[in-house]
Amino acid sequence: MLEIRNLHARIAEDGTEIIRGLNLTVKAGEVAAIMGPNGSGKSTLSYILSGREDYEVTEGEILYNGESILELDPAERASKGIFLAFQYPVEIPGVATMQFLKVAMNEQRKARGEAELTTPDFIRRVKEAAAELKINPDMLKRPLNVGFSGGEKKRAEILQMALLEPQLCVLDETDSGLDIDALKIVADGVNALRSPDRAVIVITHYQRLLDYIVPDTVHVLYKGQIIRTGDKSLAHELEANGYADIIGEAA
Amino acid sequence: MNMQTTSRQTAAESALIEAYNAQLGDLPGNGAVISARDRLVDDLKTNGLPTRRVEAWHYTDLKTLLRAIPGAVPAAVIDTPEPLVEGSAVITTRHGHADPKVSVSDVLVNAFSEMLSEGTAAPGLSVIDRDDTIGKINGSFVRDGFVLEFPAGAQIEKPVEIQVLHGDGQVHTRFPVSFGAGSRATVIERHLPTGKGDAFVTSVSDISLEDGADVTWIILQQQGASDTHLGQLRVRVGSNAKLRLYVINAGGRLVRQELRIDVAGEGSDLQLRGVNLLGGETHTDVTLVLGHHVPNTTSTEIFRNVVFDRARGVFQGMIKVALDAQKTDARMACNTLLMSDDAEFSAKPELEIFADDVQCGHGATVADIDANHLYYLMARGVPRNKARAMLVNAFVAEIVEELEDEQLVEALEAIISSWLEKHA
Ligand SMILES: Nc1ncnc2c1ncn2[C@@H]1O[C@H](COP(=O)(O)OP(=O)(O)OP(=O)(O)O)[C@@H](O)[C@H]1O
Ligand SMILES: [Mg+2]
Repeated sequence: MLEIRNLHARIAEDGTEIIRGLNLTVKAGEVAAIMGPNGSGKSTLSYILSGREDYEVTEGEILYNGESILELDPAERASKGIFLAFQYPVEIPGVATMQFLKVAMNEQRKARGEAELTTPDFIRRVKEAAAELKINPDMLKRPLNVGFSGGEKKRAEILQMALLEPQLCVLDETDSGLDIDALKIVADGVNALRSPDRAVIVITHYQRLLDYIVPDTVHVLYKGQIIRTGDKSLAHELEANGYADIIGEAA
Repeated sequence: MNMQTTSRQTAAESALIEAYNAQLGDLPGNGAVISARDRLVDDLKTNGLPTRRVEAWHYTDLKTLLRAIPGAVPAAVIDTPEPLVEGSAVITTRHGHADPKVSVSDVLVNAFSEMLSEGTAAPGLSVIDRDDTIGKINGSFVRDGFVLEFPAGAQIEKPVEIQVLHGDGQVHTRFPVSFGAGSRATVIERHLPTGKGDAFVTSVSDISLEDGADVTWIILQQQGASDTHLGQLRVRVGSNAKLRLYVINAGGRLVRQELRIDVAGEGSDLQLRGVNLLGGETHTDVTLVLGHHVPNTTSTEIFRNVVFDRARGVFQGMIKVALDAQKTDARMACNTLLMSDDAEFSAKPELEIFADDVQCGHGATVADIDANHLYYLMARGVPRNKARAMLVNAFVAEIVEELEDEQLVEALEAIISSWLEKHA
């Protein structure tokens, strides 16, 4: 589903290279975990996948379902089914959460040539998904993410993911800031989305999340490259020994 | 009277004086009113329209900007639009004339023309200061309007909507309104054109809030693309009174809205909010002179401006805190989104503080849409243009949403979005 080949990318503004020859393949149905020290480029990779314009791809290719997405803007990528749950979701004062959800769902449907949702259908979907994630409906009456606690923001991201039904889900440290109950609820939400035609990339620092969302593959990202790939046991190894050995080997 | 015109008069200045001469004997008013009018016209004749050399008009050089004054046009029939909020009490002036026999339950309503005929209007026709050009023009020409008295203790649930409707030509209205002690009401002053040509509109509202009155006053200006709108609001806020004042500009070619506010009673609170939606080749000026004259009062002033095309906007905000006005808390902010390279907005906040124990502040920002916000919306599949429109909407909706009346919020948001759809 996703194939990243020799990707080099830099910050558009000052030219600093962050991703330096990264290769990664994620198959449909797969759950891939990406781990790595702070500042290694995990969030940057997720931004680049989503099409954020602050970064410039200088070399390499990103193929999604066999086609390059490098020329697509974030909205076009989203409507093709790429979803990024942000590490730090932004607050947008003045944009009502419900109105935003409705516009996002319907714009994606329009882009795919599907009929727009009726208001009752939309409200039913939101209510159901919010109940699954134990989100207080009052929260959805507020402006988007405004005044949400850290954990509420993360849950709201997963709510959006559940409603938008993406094909490729990228979760950037969704576990940070979640209490233990919320972690289980969110993991259940992600697991419910697991399907043979959907892929999930989980960026995390902790084994704990991977106890609930069990990955098929684990990749270590360091200084803008994947330096090691393994199965779920690699995550246990990292939990026990840290990154030093693996970084040493790669060097 | 000696009405000589000099060569230095602009076309607009001569047109004003000619219009006055043409209406001599026809304008309503007793002797006192007529001599007040004569004095105002003499002043206009002697001093002319203000130029940029007059500080209060520095950013709006009326002498240059006001190129012509449309002549009198026979009034066409003007239909009454639906009120913003269903169930509102609607009172209407059509082309400067108050509808006869209107009534609002629990409120005393009279035509301003009666005050002119009886002469009780004469003292109010005076100017606030020598630069009060709007007061001068309006005082010279005003024919009618409404006089509203909200009795002490009156609790008026539904808004009172004053519709100031007009066709092409000249229109001058005035609305003295008093809110009795402890009364509560919402008044919407709505300026709407029905003509396609040019209109020259002046309108003065003179409102006072007695002790403990709780008032929401909304000015909604939606003049036509070639109209001139000169509005003035004179306000006196009494003890423990609360005024929510909204000024929304969404139309007009040349607009000046003057807000002259005196916070004159202890314990009072003013919440002033402004939305300026500017597009095309227009010029819009909001000038605030706010005086905190007594101790223990609070005010917040927030303006949100969105400027498209070659439009120009001006905000002058003067807050004066008198020597006695200790414990004043006044905060002013003016935030602008410039949507084109040719758009322009000048903000001139000023504080003049004589008391020493006060909290006052002001800030002005000019920005484009927040790139992080835009990215977030797009990352959820909202196309760029739509995402931009949502963010511009949000920028102004935030202000409108502070109002408690949900129907009113919805109606104002609908007006804002439809304006933005036309201009974005
Ligand atoms: N727009 C930017 N401007 C400046 N530096 C940036 C920018 N974006 C990324 N960086 C830098 O790139 C590096 C990678 O950052 P990134 O956020 O991708 O790391 P990460 O692996 O997600 O780290 P963490 O685990 O702490 O979330 C960091 O050194 C960061 O400071
Ligand atoms: Mg990160």
